[in-house]
Amino acid sequence: MRIELERRPRLSKFFMAASPLIAFAMTIVAGAIMFAALGKNPIEALDAIFIMPLMEVWSLHELAIKAAPLILIAVGLSICYRSNNWNIGAEGQFIMGAIFGSILPVVFYGWQPEWLLLPMLIMGMIGGALYAAVPALLKAHFNTNEILTSLMLVYIAQLFLDWLVRGPWRNPEGFNFPETRQFAPVGVLPEIFSESGRAHWGFVFALVAAVGVAFMMKYTLKGFQISVLGQSERAGRFAGFSSRGMIWFSMLFSGALAGLAGISEVSGAIGQLRPVISPGYGFTAIIVAFLGRLNPFGIVAAGLVLALTYLGGEGAQLSIGVSDKVTRVFQGLLLFFVLSCDTLILYRIRLVFSGKRAAEGDAA
Amino acid sequence: MIIEAILLTIITAATPLVISALGELVTERAGVLNLGVEGMMVMGAVSAFAATAITGSPYVGVVAGIVVGALFSLLFGFLTLTLVANQVATGLALTILGLGVSGMLGESFVGQPGIKLPQINIPLLADIPFLGPLLFKQDLIFYLSIALVIGVNWFLFKSRAGLKLRAVGDSHASAHALGIGVIRLRYLAVMFGGACAGLAGAQLSLIYTPQWTENMTAGRGWIALALVVFASWRPWRVLAGGYLFGAVTIGQLHAQALGVGIPSQFLSALPYAATVVVLVLISHNRRMTLINTPASLGKAFVPDR
Amino acid sequence: MKKLLISFAASAAVLFSMTAAASAADKHKICFIYVGSKTDGGWTQAHDLGRQQLEKALGDKVETSYLENIPEGPDAERAIERMARSGCELVFTTSFGFMDATVKVASKFPKVKFEHATGYKTAPNLATYNSRFYEGRYIQGQIAAKMSTKGVAGYIASFPIPEVVMGINSFILGAQSVNPDFKLKVVWANTWFDPGKEADAAKALIDQGVDILTQHTDTTAPMQVAAERGIKAFGQASDMIAAGPKTQLTAIVDTWGAYYIKRVNALIDGTWKSEGMWDGLKDGILTMAPYTNMPDDVKAMAEATEAKIKSGELHPFTGPVKKQDGTEWLKAGEKSEDGPLLGMNFYVAGVDDKLPQ
Repeated sequence: MRIELERRPRLSKFFMAASPLIAFAMTIVAGAIMFAALGKNPIEALDAIFIMPLMEVWSLHELAIKAAPLILIAVGLSICYRSNNWNIGAEGQFIMGAIFGSILPVVFYGWQPEWLLLPMLIMGMIGGALYAAVPALLKAHFNTNEILTSLMLVYIAQLFLDWLVRGPWRNPEGFNFPETRQFAPVGVLPEIFSESGRAHWGFVFALVAAVGVAFMMKYTLKGFQISVLGQSERAGRFAGFSSRGMIWFSMLFSGALAGLAGISEVSGAIGQLRPVISPGYGFTAIIVAFLGRLNPFGIVAAGLVLALTYLGGEGAQLSIGVSDKVTRVFQGLLLFFVLSCDTLILYRIRLVFSGKRAAEGDAA
Repeated sequence: MIIEAILLTIITAATPLVISALGELVTERAGVLNLGVEGMMVMGAVSAFAATAITGSPYVGVVAGIVVGALFSLLFGFLTLTLVANQVATGLALTILGLGVSGMLGESFVGQPGIKLPQINIPLLADIPFLGPLLFKQDLIFYLSIALVIGVNWFLFKSRAGLKLRAVGDSHASAHALGIGVIRLRYLAVMFGGACAGLAGAQLSLIYTPQWTENMTAGRGWIALALVVFASWRPWRVLAGGYLFGAVTIGQLHAQALGVGIPSQFLSALPYAATVVVLVLISHNRRMTLINTPASLGKAFVPDR
Repeated sequence: MKKLLISFAASAAVLFSMTAAASAADKHKICFIYVGSKTDGGWTQAHDLGRQQLEKALGDKVETSYLENIPEGPDAERAIERMARSGCELVFTTSFGFMDATVKVASKFPKVKFEHATGYKTAPNLATYNSRFYEGRYIQGQIAAKMSTKGVAGYIASFPIPEVVMGINSFILGAQSVNPDFKLKVVWANTWFDPGKEADAAKALIDQGVDILTQHTDTTAPMQVAAERGIKAFGQASDMIAAGPKTQLTAIVDTWGAYYIKRVNALIDGTWKSEGMWDGLKDGILTMAPYTNMPDDVKAMAEATEAKIKSGELHPFTGPVKKQDGTEWLKAGEKSEDGPLLGMNFYVAGVDDKLPQ
């Protein structure tokens, strides 16, 4: 028996809508089997992971906090990936955005105008964009593989932040502990509904970014360029679009959004720079981008689902004592199933039960 | 002999990089980009440790690492080759899944003292001054790493099957037209990559630090991916690049121990910065890159029906 | 189908939480937040052992729960808040990086008590606790100076925070009390937990000629390397004798259990008060693993020093002590106050390294 793919004459509308749901259902089933194998009650475990976090208001706030950076970064990455620019260094751009955005509240601590947040956020975007400009420059002018350069730059950014908070930017009143001063209140991103929880405006930025990108892809020439160049560089060139220009645009754009996510996280959720400011948001956002099938609204949904696995994994650890690694396993499974189900959009799958193993060439 | 001792340390640090990069090199030569090296490596590490702990034989561990690495890569193969899913995303999924699953499987082995793979002295050669202890008083996995470099080089450039493999990587359409089984060859290449990553993982948990800890690969899988490009898809250059990278990693620790007085974070960042620079230098030479880069790298292949 | 599943799951959840509430009513719920894995063989494992001792000692009176591998930052705040909301009466947050998150949650839940390890911020419902690890390092320094033939030891350090710098200084002062010319080489691994990196650092130090290793990182990898290269080493946070039966001289073992029991008893009696605890060898919060792999006279010296530290006769930071740059820090006979120790950012003379600033 073997599996053969047959290209559909046109994309399947049904599977476009159904594929994430099927994938989610398959993940649930696989998860249930896994829990049963671990000797846990699967229903209890799944309830703790996927339902309980949605039952309380504070926990919904936490969901928004966790989802905000994921969505913001992933929306930017979707532009890169649609145009075939494989920026996987968003984690580094996130960190650089946080560092740039923190220059004002940390280095110029005494300067506290009411509108401090605005330049902070802008500088955060600039920081992220500048850091993404490195792999962009190397790819556009030296033909260097951006997957690897952007990834290497992540490690460098992490160490740079580490050096800053232990060295020049260390809080002079903090007993030499490795962290900067707490930002002054004017430098703290406010909470949206402060009476019920601590979700901050970063989540709103994420939604705005998603809507903005959706608009751009649908109604602007830039959006058209992105899809054309992404599908075929040659076709794009014939249409007079510059692939070099697209490298720059997509990398800077995603870098800026990652930087915005970075400064929002630091000024909203943390309130200071620390040696580690991200539990891998930049990498998880890559999954989010693909789970959302590179569609801005899909990404919002995917970001929320992934955030849910974090919260739920933690809850399940507490309530039924499953390992905290469950979260990662779920994330991996979910992505696997989504990627496999997406095949159904473009192809029909046929199982061929024939005894003789035809060479692939003459299977037609 | 301090230099000899340092070189030995470098070799130990470089061996897992060389092995996993060689595997990925073959995978990429067949036109498949598998970013899941880290995930396969960590699965290899946990299975090698677990098998050793259960059977008491580190050689069983080595085999387990290889087998599990290869099996785990099949998951990637099935998605990207049979279901033509995006290779970048699937590779990342493999890494995440590998880190999660290995963490769960390995929970009961954390903190257990491991058994180290024994040293094998090669008679006569081991007695050569300086070179003997470096090259001929080593463990099985080191010898395998050297054999793999020679073997892969021969396979790719001297054998018929290697020619086919490169043809598949350069243009799957023409290879297909010539009657080469593109998908089958790619499956084999992916599995070879997985087996190598698993072996590299076994080196980590049986030689480098004979123990199991979560995430013990600590980013080495990603370095291996960089090495392949660094080496412009040539086996001997993988060996050289791996040793160079090992030298920089170990060198920064020595610089610290000597009291150089540069912030340690900058020294720690050196290997990554060096990789970027070398990547630029290599890819800057467009002609050279074009000769060696598999032209179909990362592109899905679906035979027309 | 999906709806059905959800409603079914939800009713199961209600049932489950009801039973949980019933059993929790007569028990005191004590919670722990760990930064690492509870089987890490080092720091977190020591805290988890403390938790198990607490359960054993107080039996039915307490119920403990924990969350492990919690990253520092916003995730920590959520995890701590989750604990506070789940009915914990006392929450121990066991990493320095949890400090600000603990402070924030403590101000939100005034009825819940919190204790933060190794930090310096307190509140009416937030206490801190720490251990004078440096006392053990002084003893290690003395042993190292006796056991080393080359007069140089290697120190694998994690991050240049006061805690770690204090340990390095205490170690060298102990060593110099035996051999005034003793030298110390330091390598900063910039990690708490990376076996590969720690092993490489150990090898680099040994290649540079040190013949005793000590570490302020958490895996047993340096111990394994020392065993392989046939030199002696000290364990950290937990007894690491299993990783080097013929290698470990002793280890600084964190024994939080006694403290946890004391504090939970205070909670039950209603005498719990917020305070900043900083205890050492004499209070049993820190113990030395058996002195092994050393001649009897060295062992006797180590035991004598340990006794002197316990009785208060000996304070590791007693003058005359010069800073690395040659300026005087402590006059002859002067003992350091706690303040300068807790903010320590300089080396004393004899450390062959420049402190990362």
